[in-house]
Amino acid sequence: MSDAPLLRIEGLTKHFHLPGGRVVHAVEDVNLAIDRGHIVGLVGESGSGKTTVGRTLLRLTEPTAGRMIFDGTDVFALSARDMRVWRRRLQIIFQDPYSSLDPRLTIAAIIDEALDTRGLPKGRARRDRIAELLELVGLAADHATRYPHQFSGGQRQRIGIARALAVEPDFIVADEPVSALDVSVQAQVLNLLEDLRRRLNLTMLFISHDLSVVEYACDEIVVMYLGRIMEKGPSRALRADPLHPYTKALLASAPQPDPTRVRTHVPLAGDIPSPISPPSGCVFRTRCPIAIAACATRIPPTRDLGGGRSVACLRVGEGADHPPFEMEAHA
Amino acid sequence: MSAAAPATMPTSGGEIDGLAEGVVLAVTDLETHFPSRRGVAKAVDGVTFTLPRGRTVAVVGESGSGKSVTSLSIMGLIAPPGHVAGGRILHRDRKGVVRDLAKLSNAGFRHIRGPEIAMIFQEPMTSLNPLMRVGDQIGEMIALHERISRRALRARVIELLQLVEIPEPETRIDAYPHQMSGGMRQRVMIAMALACRPNLLIADEPTTALDVTIQAQILALLRRLQADLGMSVLFITHNLGVVAEIAHEVVVMYAGRVVEQAPVGDLFARPSHPYTRALLASTPNIARDIDAEGRRRPLAAIPGAVPPITALPPGCAFAPRCAHVLDACREGRPGLVAIAPDHVTRCIRRDLP
Repeated sequence: MSDAPLLRIEGLTKHFHLPGGRVVHAVEDVNLAIDRGHIVGLVGESGSGKTTVGRTLLRLTEPTAGRMIFDGTDVFALSARDMRVWRRRLQIIFQDPYSSLDPRLTIAAIIDEALDTRGLPKGRARRDRIAELLELVGLAADHATRYPHQFSGGQRQRIGIARALAVEPDFIVADEPVSALDVSVQAQVLNLLEDLRRRLNLTMLFISHDLSVVEYACDEIVVMYLGRIMEKGPSRALRADPLHPYTKALLASAPQPDPTRVRTHVPLAGDIPSPISPPSGCVFRTRCPIAIAACATRIPPTRDLGGGRSVACLRVGEGADHPPFEMEAHA
Repeated sequence: MSAAAPATMPTSGGEIDGLAEGVVLAVTDLETHFPSRRGVAKAVDGVTFTLPRGRTVAVVGESGSGKSVTSLSIMGLIAPPGHVAGGRILHRDRKGVVRDLAKLSNAGFRHIRGPEIAMIFQEPMTSLNPLMRVGDQIGEMIALHERISRRALRARVIELLQLVEIPEPETRIDAYPHQMSGGMRQRVMIAMALACRPNLLIADEPTTALDVTIQAQILALLRRLQADLGMSVLFITHNLGVVAEIAHEVVVMYAGRVVEQAPVGDLFARPSHPYTRALLASTPNIARDIDAEGRRRPLAAIPGAVPPITALPPGCAFAPRCAHVLDACREGRPGLVAIAPDHVTRCIRRDLP
């Protein structure tokens, strides 16, 4: 579409202050650009900061530092009043289709609320738009008069998607949109998102802990660990040739529906450290199988490798002074 | 029912009440019902499967499949007004005595839960007492079933913590649950379950709440314990990837019924029931679903949703969502048919490629 990305995040940092002066380092210096019409997957485990990134982009949580240049404007610098207008261009789809829909409202009223912010006049045009949105997400127009409890989990997630699309946003954050769904229904919603992306040229940040879902749904993958980006790249390249030891471990840990796969050893020992006191230097070093002394003192810089790939690891690409590091084979 | 459970004599061979040698658990036509305003909810509706000794059998299904209710029925933990309404749950204990757990009294279960059958759950935090040190909670399990000195008890608990690979067990024994990570708490749960050396472990989604790198650790631990201790394991999960990692045999459930049981290799290589096939096809797999140019094939989603168990269709419960449905499927309930040694399926279509 255009050469400049639709949005560019620079130096995004979010600290939560706890009683007693402790600080949760939820997000540290995240840099990310998303092109129009692209779906970027943000993957990580608990404490990785992926959900906080998504929420700060919509300023549902105020960032501690950083900029988000969206279509030429720094969204983080907007006043509360200007943000209200802007929010229409940014939408979010939540994980839990049960708690994110008001149980006392009909589906029509739920979508109607969203349309209020668009200033679409009430009446015929609204009803037509609601019917159109429901059909767009694979529901029937006559579902509009029903209540959330009359729908299955998958249908509720479709309603959540219809609500997000109602205002024709430029950018959508989807926070674990299929994690609460059964696998057969999850496939329906993934197909719907892919279909909508093609038809509406959607731009999306797709947050998930499930690597196989992110791989399927996204053009690019960003791997986070303890608030920082470890590695970034096109989905296929990342799967075929992961560079960061954490990406390798994540790929090797994901259970594969293949009973013939040889399971040699546990990919990663130990626990994820607390984001209240993240390790010095590289945050992954305490679990890293190839960490060296320098990893404790230097925060690894993010190196651009070309082809849309980048990695933050001191040891990637260094000479043959250490034995080749291989995780489990992943045929 | 009295505390004296209906039991048959130990056997040296052959069958007792249909329980073949080498089988620890045989569930036959199990019915577990929950009365509700909309009628009787048949959460478990004629479930039949066997668990061979020293094997891990995974029960896989989506929400509403009845997989968890099946495991709670085996443990005698169905809360009234829910109840086991029919069928048999034959269990062979370590002395070789066979009991029907479907008819066992609460008093009878007290001698079964712990020393014979133990269970671990999805969320260890809700199963652990937050006010009690983890070592005391594990010790309590042991003291309940045997007379043991305090000193010997502490040694046994440390041994158990070592068994589940908790680092620094001598200090962790005095920790409270909130001082531990989710993965460590699940290890404590496993240690509690193993405290009385059960010969059957029921694990109900034990890794579902855990991060993927921690899940890999717990699955490896369970695999090792199963092999080292020769335990039989019934593993409940919704995740086919986890099934492939842990199971020797697989039972696939849908809407309260078993639709297929097979050895794990057979099930993934030659899935027979249309539901099993659809479930495998709907799981994203980048090698299969994205071509060399990066184009995505639509996932083979199963249309519709699982029917509510108060309104199951007559005939095959999967018929309304099945791509291969015939008129006959909507009329009669298909029985389990053997299509290979140890491989059964509940589908009348024998002609599918």
